[in-house]
Amino acid sequence: MRNILTIIRKEFQQFFRDSGNVRMILAMPIIQLLILPLAADYEVQNIQLCVVDHDHSWYVNEMIQKITSSGYVQLTAYEESMDKAMQLFEHDKADIILEIMPNFEKELITQNEASIGISINAINGPRASIGGQYLQSILQDYNQQIRLKWIQFPKINPLPMLKTEFSYWFNPSMDYRHFMVPGILVILLTMVGANLSALNFVKEKEIGTIEQINVSPIKKYEFILGKLIPFWIMGQFVLTIGLCIAYWIYGIRPEGSIGLIYMFSTFYLFVVLSFGLLISTYVNTQQQTMLISFFFMMIFILLSGLYTSIDSMPEWAQVVTIFNPIAYFVKVNRMVIMKGSDFWDILPSILAMIAMAIVLISWSVLNYRKKA
Amino acid sequence: MNNEYIIEVDSLTKKFGSFTAVDKISFTVKRGEIFGFLGANGAGKTTAIKMLSGLLQASSGSARVIDFNINKESEKIKANIGYMSQRFSLYDDLTVLENMKFYGGIYGLSNSKIQMKTDEIVKVLHIQDYKDKLVKSLPLGWKQKLAFSISILHEPPLVFLDEPTGGVDPVTRREFWELIVAAAHQGTTLFVTTHYMDEAEYCDTVSIMVDGRIEAMGSPKYLKEQFNSPDIHTLFVSLARQSKRTEI
Repeated sequence: MRNILTIIRKEFQQFFRDSGNVRMILAMPIIQLLILPLAADYEVQNIQLCVVDHDHSWYVNEMIQKITSSGYVQLTAYEESMDKAMQLFEHDKADIILEIMPNFEKELITQNEASIGISINAINGPRASIGGQYLQSILQDYNQQIRLKWIQFPKINPLPMLKTEFSYWFNPSMDYRHFMVPGILVILLTMVGANLSALNFVKEKEIGTIEQINVSPIKKYEFILGKLIPFWIMGQFVLTIGLCIAYWIYGIRPEGSIGLIYMFSTFYLFVVLSFGLLISTYVNTQQQTMLISFFFMMIFILLSGLYTSIDSMPEWAQVVTIFNPIAYFVKVNRMVIMKGSDFWDILPSILAMIAMAIVLISWSVLNYRKKA
Repeated sequence: MNNEYIIEVDSLTKKFGSFTAVDKISFTVKRGEIFGFLGANGAGKTTAIKMLSGLLQASSGSARVIDFNINKESEKIKANIGYMSQRFSLYDDLTVLENMKFYGGIYGLSNSKIQMKTDEIVKVLHIQDYKDKLVKSLPLGWKQKLAFSISILHEPPLVFLDEPTGGVDPVTRREFWELIVAAAHQGTTLFVTTHYMDEAEYCDTVSIMVDGRIEAMGSPKYLKEQFNSPDIHTLFVSLARQSKRTEI
């Protein structure tokens, strides 16, 4: 026990000696949480629309006005020919081309039907599909509008209509930030935990002090716990900063118990820290550590359900997420913060974390050799 | 503990693939002596020292260090030896005192004992004004003397020093050897590797390693007579020239 305390004291002395570390651990959560939720969201705005108008009629004008008045679509060009519009596409200056055929208005009135062409620039997939959907729904709306003008209502509506209205639970205003902030908090904690612990351990290998440790009577588990605990404390500190920012800046206060979040992060941090340590027992330089942890972070983050829903991943990927600690914390954080889940709801995730922590810590203790 | 020898090595061998770094060496080290382990770069000195201190598994052969078998009881050996590696082993970003407290702590010394030892070291090394300075700000010679003092902080009966004076100026080397001799007077056994042949004269027993084998061993006086050599340096050069290893 005293040995572990000796190591913890030394780690803190070294950590605070380097003012860069202190600045990083303070600045990282603040900057990430201030910038990311405001900037990185799914809402598609400023869709650049190019209209190729072969008709020049009153209806076309009205329609374009309807489209641009939504606020999501900007009319950036008004071309005479499809060729010119395609050039804009090629230079990425337009997202959608709306081609209005000659005699649009005439056909609409006389034949009760007219067609328009929509071409979408699919370089940016999500933007294209969401932009297309916007445009389609605006056009549908417009369609309804002009039809209403023309149709004389019979006494009884011959076509009963189903009208759907959504109510969004747990995030009634569909505020994107409420969804992102808990997730980003998890990424932060993971980065701080896994990277700091891995780099710290490998640094001892690089400068050679590890040999002096290995030739001492200190036990492997003592050394590893002494290395983990300081970063565990720093992880909880970063979490606290993050939760404060979430509350002060975004007004997000957990629906559930804040103690539950800390309880989960207690186990979660042991998982990511020991994962970092495990990496460091396999590599020899800080450079290798960074590359490998970057590799795993990529996979873990993209398959964590932070950006894309796990439920819509292919089945094999869903299996992979069972072993992805980030996915658990993202889920638990959202459950507790947004839905107010209680201990029993997150118990399965806690158990999963405990299991992972035990496996990873034992693995790193086994793989760390005091004797080559 | 009444055994005359603190180290007994029997056919100790280390192979790295097809390369035999240490080739069936056998020797003994007497309790309380300064044992000089000489050899050119790549002769296998560090490999041998690492096996004896429990850092490296031997390929074959065995050795007894203090009262423990290196193949089975390396953790017990570690509790009873001091070790100063070729690479500088203190934490650069900790102060002199913080380093002493850390190493004292991991060897399980009580706080009062650590306090006593640090006071003593600070006094002996005359570093009163530097005890709260970062180790990286000290000159190399001072660092080495400090590293040695810390390696015997827990008062082990046996200390391994792997090229402790590499890159150190002659004056500081002399001061360093004064520390080693002082430790020997207190009854500590010192196992020192070096390739400075003048340092061999401080040793009670010298062994010269060439290509993983011990080619000569005995007191400096005995060796000079046996090989009819004016000094250890001449003897060493004539032995080392026989080496077939490319590292030299």
